[in-house]
Amino acid sequence: MSQRSPLGRARGLGSAKDGTAHWWAQRLTALALVPLTLWVVTSLVSLIGADYGAVAGWIASPVTAVLMILLLAMTFHHAQLGAQVVIEDYVHNEALKIAGIIAVKFLALVLGLASIFAVLMIALGV
Amino acid sequence: MTLSILHRITGVALALGTLLVVFWIVAVAAGPAAYDAASALLGSWLGRLLLFGWTFSLFYHLANGIRHLAWDVGWGYELGAARASGYLAVTAAVVLTLLSWAAGYGLLGG
Repeated sequence: MSQRSPLGRARGLGSAKDGTAHWWAQRLTALALVPLTLWVVTSLVSLIGADYGAVAGWIASPVTAVLMILLLAMTFHHAQLGAQVVIEDYVHNEALKIAGIIAVKFLALVLGLASIFAVLMIALGV
Repeated sequence: MTLSILHRITGVALALGTLLVVFWIVAVAAGPAAYDAASALLGSWLGRLLLFGWTFSLFYHLANGIRHLAWDVGWGYELGAARASGYLAVTAAVVLTLLSWAAGYGLLGG
C-alpha cells in the first residue's frame, strides 16, 4: 500500500485519474466564450457614447444580466486555466510555480465574484 | 509557431485586461459619478490605447481559438490548411478590430 498522500500522487508522476479534466474544461469554456464574446463586443460598441442610464439599463435587463454573469464566469475560469498552463510551462522553480498557480486561481475567483456581484447589484437596483 | 506564441501573449494580455472589465462593471454598479470618472479614464489616450490593444488581443485570441477548436476535432491539420487558417485568423483579427473602432468612432462622431 502506498504511503503517498493524494496531493503527492497528483503532483508527482503517475495518474490521479483526472488528466483530461483541465484540457476539457478549457475547451468547454472556450466554446461558450465564442458567442458570448461576439455578443458583448457588438453590444458594447453600440453603447459607445451612451449615458449612464442607458448603460445601467442595458446591464439590468434580465437577458443581459444572465448572459453577462455567464460571460464573466466563463472568462475567469478560462483565464485561470490558461494562466496555469503558462505558469507551468515557464516557471521552473517548484515553490514559485505552486505559489503562482495558487495566486492566479484565488485572484480569478475574487475578480470573478466581484464583477458578478456588481452585475447583480445593477440588475437588482441596489 | 509565431501565431502559437501570439495566442499565449494575447491570452495573458486578456487575463490582465479583465482588470479593466472589473473596473468598468464595478464603476457602473457604484453609480453615475463613478461611471463618469471611469469613462473619462477609459476615454483618455492611454485608456484608448489599452482598449485598442485589448480589442485586438480579444479578436486574435477568439479567431485563433476557433482554429484551435477545429484542430481539436481533427480539422485543418494539413500544412496548407493550417497555414491558410493562420492567415485567416490574423486577417479576421485586424479587420474586426478596425471595424469595431470605426463603428465606435462613427457613433461618437455621428
